[in-house]
Amino acid sequence: MSRIGVFVCHCGENISATVNCEKVAKITGELKGVEFSTDYKYMCSDPGQTLLKEAIKEHKLDGVVVAACSPRMHEPTFRKACAEAGLNPFLCEMSNIREHCSWVHPKDDLTTEKAGDLVRVMVEKVKKNKALNSIKVPVTKTALVIGGGIAGIQAALDIANCGHKVIMVEKQPSIGGHMSQLSETFPTLDCSQCILTPRMVEVAQHPNITLHTYSEVEVVDGFIGNFKVKIRKKSKSLDEHLCTGCGLCTTKCPQKKIPNEFERGLGFRPAIYVPFPQAVPNKPVIDRENCTYYIKGKCKVCEIVCPTKAIRFDQEDEILDVEVGAIVLATGFDVLKPDFFPEYGYGKYKDVIDGLQFERLASASGPTQGEIRRPSDGKEPKKIVFVACAGSRDPAKGIEYCSKICCMYTAKHAMLYKHKVHDGTPYVFYMDIRAGGKMYEEFVRRTIVEDGTHYVRGRVSTIYEKNGKLIVRGADTLMGGIPIEIEADMVVLATAGVANKGAEELAQTAHVSYDAYKFFAEAHPKLKPVETNTAGIFLAGACQAPKDIPESVAAASGAAVKVAALFSNDELTRDPLVALVNRQPAPVFSSCVGCFLCQSVCPYQAIEREEIKNRNGEVIKTLARVNEGLCQGCGTCVALCRTKAIDIHGYSNQQVYTEIMALLNE
Amino acid sequence: MQEFEPKIVAFVCNWCTYAGADLTGTSRIKYSANVKIIRFPCTGRIDFMILMKAFENGADGIIVSGCHPNDCHYSTGNFHARRRWIVFRNLLNFTGIDTERIQFSWVSAAEGFKWAEVVNNTVKKIKEIGPYENYKKIAVSTLFNEEGASNE
Repeated sequence: MSRIGVFVCHCGENISATVNCEKVAKITGELKGVEFSTDYKYMCSDPGQTLLKEAIKEHKLDGVVVAACSPRMHEPTFRKACAEAGLNPFLCEMSNIREHCSWVHPKDDLTTEKAGDLVRVMVEKVKKNKALNSIKVPVTKTALVIGGGIAGIQAALDIANCGHKVIMVEKQPSIGGHMSQLSETFPTLDCSQCILTPRMVEVAQHPNITLHTYSEVEVVDGFIGNFKVKIRKKSKSLDEHLCTGCGLCTTKCPQKKIPNEFERGLGFRPAIYVPFPQAVPNKPVIDRENCTYYIKGKCKVCEIVCPTKAIRFDQEDEILDVEVGAIVLATGFDVLKPDFFPEYGYGKYKDVIDGLQFERLASASGPTQGEIRRPSDGKEPKKIVFVACAGSRDPAKGIEYCSKICCMYTAKHAMLYKHKVHDGTPYVFYMDIRAGGKMYEEFVRRTIVEDGTHYVRGRVSTIYEKNGKLIVRGADTLMGGIPIEIEADMVVLATAGVANKGAEELAQTAHVSYDAYKFFAEAHPKLKPVETNTAGIFLAGACQAPKDIPESVAAASGAAVKVAALFSNDELTRDPLVALVNRQPAPVFSSCVGCFLCQSVCPYQAIEREEIKNRNGEVIKTLARVNEGLCQGCGTCVALCRTKAIDIHGYSNQQVYTEIMALLNE
Repeated sequence: MQEFEPKIVAFVCNWCTYAGADLTGTSRIKYSANVKIIRFPCTGRIDFMILMKAFENGADGIIVSGCHPNDCHYSTGNFHARRRWIVFRNLLNFTGIDTERIQFSWVSAAEGFKWAEVVNNTVKKIKEIGPYENYKKIAVSTLFNEEGASNE
């Protein structure tokens, strides 16, 4: 006979507003096997938990059902409280009467009835629960950081400085990310590269960090503390140990007319190239798609001029297998391709550029050495229009969110322009100015007041060319929506920040959730902003949502602390909700017939073969056995087992059938 | 006459649809109270005996929902679920079980709105089809009680 306790939470008024909690406690208290039932305003509060613990002791409860919020929220809380009262934590279950009941149904008898049903299901289930002990697994104290932008750099350095090994993987030939492309940063106008490059060098020289550039993560297996990762190190066609980075090959390469990605197409690069002068590592790669040798089979100028004979045309991609305990995703963002806007004529008119291209124009290391010159004829633009929210906050274009950084960088662009072209006139078309952040509003104010930027509240409908000028047609909504036309020399579109190319594939590889815009999803929007739904995988920077540099850095340090905290344990305890193949004394042994279908479907290689021997040591049959350390408890094997020899703790056949019967039979 | 209120059980995975249904709650999107959720670790865990058990105990409709293909928390569980559904649907049709009453869907942790849609559409559909009297007639428990007693 069970002695189960039912605790119904009001969650302030979140549940009690639509569910009659007293009634739920009363009717469930009459169920068979329920010894004690009560309702309380906040079960998760300290007095609530004390109430639970006292009741366990007083009524000698052997099972607990807490009817409250989602178990995804507070299951650990109540299981811990049970353990503290001496009850095995796995004899505690939660009924979700908030997210799945009170919040989604109106106040009526049906809602209370449903809450009662949900509690009854768990009461029946908990009767079948078994006392279990947590599983201990070792932790590999090496972290993998995917992405070498400012967020990845910060996370890697923080983890490495805690004394742990870090493996950093960067897709591009150099680390640095988007921040290395920026000219100056708001709101202080620090030179971006001046503050970034020392950090890049620190990464390369840190004894705890192993850097793999021009590499991608292909496979992520395993689980928290014990991930197994395959990294593809793409061939650079170069022996990195021999290369001194002298750069002779890049100057002699005859193929020089390849649009430079780092300069956003505003300059050219050779086929063997270093992305930018401060690149880390400062060693070239051969772009095989554009290299004359790989296209036509002859050239090899770089090989001839290389003083250390470091060029390797026949080098192949290398696959590295690494074991890590935690993963930080810091793959950053991309900006929306401006050809998304045919009405703004990007691609058609050379002088309509995007924000990152303007950064390159304004950068001292950029294609114009920091002079603002328009791409078409190299003249200095005297009238320039910045279009904020190009794509962002535009449901018609499918991007409903605010890209967050554009208001600030547009103000910065206008200011930088004015600092370089004193007699120029900058215009900014905006929807709202969103300048929340330390010194941000003051910065925008400076752009308007001190630098005389004309802010026009309204959207641009079209841009077209007339007599060598770009006619920007929009409306000024503060003037009653009057149409306004500006004859500009150059237009800069503040295009929306979007998820990076390949983010979806990476999310699928690493098994983390992502949102409708392909940004990686955090475990909780407020309280777990750097965790993902997959334990041991964390988020840093703009791969989660558009973020500016301070926010990316803060998130990266947050993720690093989570990793360091994980690595502070030598072993982890894991929920023992794993599969189990039944065993009985000889001569039955098990209902397993050794078909090993389970082995073929297990994603974790957790099914092992166990040889059963007789007294003479002869193998009489081979049975399946679950390795508890590897099993993650998905239960696919359970559904597939022909003889129902495998079952899973927490979701056993008995428990599931009991739940169904309890749910449908009142 | 009182309107028919179908009993619908939803078998969902913990990582996507359960979390998606949590989001429906957090977003305060209303849906019909006829559907009650039973949580599973993964759709891969849901074998067809479970669905049969639900019909046998008087369910009028069933929803099975998990992560979108490729997004399974356990890599491949939902592929097994999908394959199993394709194979068993034919078998169930052959044996005369009304597979229209089984709604198979993918709802991710970010699709709170979609979950409400799936629930409301399923409830609407089952209300139109009506109670599953046919199954109740042939359910093992019914057969056992009536014919077992008469000893054939």
